[in-house]
Amino acid sequence: MSYVIEGRTGPWEIVVGLEVHAQVVSQAKLFSGAATAFGAEPNTQVSFVDAGFPGMLPVINEYCVAQAVRTGLGLEAQINLVSRFDRKNYFYADLPNGYQISQFEQPIVGTGKILIEAPGMESREIGITRLHLEQDAGKSMHDQDPTRSMIDLNRAGVALMEIVSEPDMRSPQEAAAYLRKLRTILRYLGTCDGNMEEGSMRADVNVSVRRAGEGYRTRCEIKNVNSIRFVSQAIEVEATRQVAVWEDGGVVDQETRLYDPQRGETRSLRTKEDAHDYRYFPDPDLQPLVISKDWVDGLRAELPELPDAKRDRFVAQFGIAPYDASVLVAEQANAAYFETVAAGRNGKLAAAWVTGELFAALNRLGVGIEASPVKAADLGALLDLIADQTINGRIAKDVFEDMVETGRPPGEIVASRGLRQVTDTGAIDTAVATVLAANGDKVAEYRGGKDKLFGFFVGQVMKAMAGKGNPALVNEALVRALAENV
Amino acid sequence: MSLESATIKKIARLARIGLDEAAVTRLQAELNGIVGWVEQLNEVDVSGLAPLASVSGTTLHLRADVVNDGGDREAVLANAPGREGPFFAVPKVVE
Repeated sequence: MSYVIEGRTGPWEIVVGLEVHAQVVSQAKLFSGAATAFGAEPNTQVSFVDAGFPGMLPVINEYCVAQAVRTGLGLEAQINLVSRFDRKNYFYADLPNGYQISQFEQPIVGTGKILIEAPGMESREIGITRLHLEQDAGKSMHDQDPTRSMIDLNRAGVALMEIVSEPDMRSPQEAAAYLRKLRTILRYLGTCDGNMEEGSMRADVNVSVRRAGEGYRTRCEIKNVNSIRFVSQAIEVEATRQVAVWEDGGVVDQETRLYDPQRGETRSLRTKEDAHDYRYFPDPDLQPLVISKDWVDGLRAELPELPDAKRDRFVAQFGIAPYDASVLVAEQANAAYFETVAAGRNGKLAAAWVTGELFAALNRLGVGIEASPVKAADLGALLDLIADQTINGRIAKDVFEDMVETGRPPGEIVASRGLRQVTDTGAIDTAVATVLAANGDKVAEYRGGKDKLFGFFVGQVMKAMAGKGNPALVNEALVRALAENV
Repeated sequence: MSLESATIKKIARLARIGLDEAAVTRLQAELNGIVGWVEQLNEVDVSGLAPLASVSGTTLHLRADVVNDGGDREAVLANAPGREGPFFAVPKVVE
């Protein structure tokens, strides 16, 4: 299934590449000892280095380098043992030095790849072009004063990883799947919290369109899109715009655009033609960054199990479907929860309960799995009660709802509410006899060939037993009783 | 290599330096002198030599990930030409 835009003159394919800015998780900034914590009072986490005071020298944070290398390893990318920092020159009020320290010619991480998957889509490999380290800028606020902008430099100098993909994506869905997968990997690695609302992960989206089989046409860059949903929307809107331009005999200009979600359109950022002449040159304040293979190998050895590996293990170890496994591994906490529930139990049943009842309940409550009222051990205990036939599947759902509401362990709920499944064939036979006696007309119809009524009898017997009958035994008893009295 | 006056003007614009025509002419001569002087290095045969990043042979010094700076807003804002409460205040610039 491939995604196309149906133009007036025929179908168009879209080509998407993403540049993601991911804020590095670290205590201190990339080149200074100021703190990085989000939400501090304005300008309280600023060193003279970050504020661009004269004579200040940048000294690189080793942990930020390690975070970039870990991320590179997580993207199965080439790690460059020698990399270099360059100055990217431009003027903006939240960039005190007048340049951003970045890596232009020799990034710390080279080519890698990400495997993406989505429902109804074959998993596909998306190429990573590079990952480099650079400084974040400060924040400008334009809405507090009619003539002035307010500048907070707390964010200035925080380490960013710019992760650039190949133009390998062919639909808005693939771009969304790429971002979700990248975020999952970053979170597993603990190198970026992936929080797009707080701006710790931001995406620039490159979009172009073309006829099937053509080379690339001119692309536009949509800057700073701050949610996965908006990325999908922006791609669709921008590609549709470009199709109209080409079909009207026009030419798409290579330019930077902004996505306006309220109006559902992209707009040109009418910057001056030379706004992107950054005059990169090697930063004379910084020697080349040289790391050793041993150090990289040490970081590699300490990497956590990554989502793809975990998914494959879940499939092999618990016999669950690959798609269910990828849903479970998308968040580490979900995967850990599932493993606790599934350990020593029926993996498929555990997956069904976690992705079904549990996720539905958490959704309803609007809480994450960390705040789940039902602890993993308790859900496991519930599955045990089903497995040893203490309760049947239908009662289990009632018990689960009770657990969601009260947080009580399932054994206690079953005992206090008397929900233990009835396996006493005598009691079941009595209930069957009562139901058949009360529904003589239906019994006659059944015997007259209306087989579908069997379900009705099952329902009536279960109802008579307050749902606690063992379903298999009830079925057996009914079959026997309905046959006997002919 | 010599610098055209258009190049001088472009560099000046990128650096946000205003130049009148007289200054452009003067700077064109000065910069061409500097570039010409440095250009003599092209005469040296460096084929087969690795680029030299430093004459001291030192490598990049790394710092530990420890917060030991910042936390002094007054010092950071002390020299600001404009200030509003806890912020630097600058002429409005919206892209």
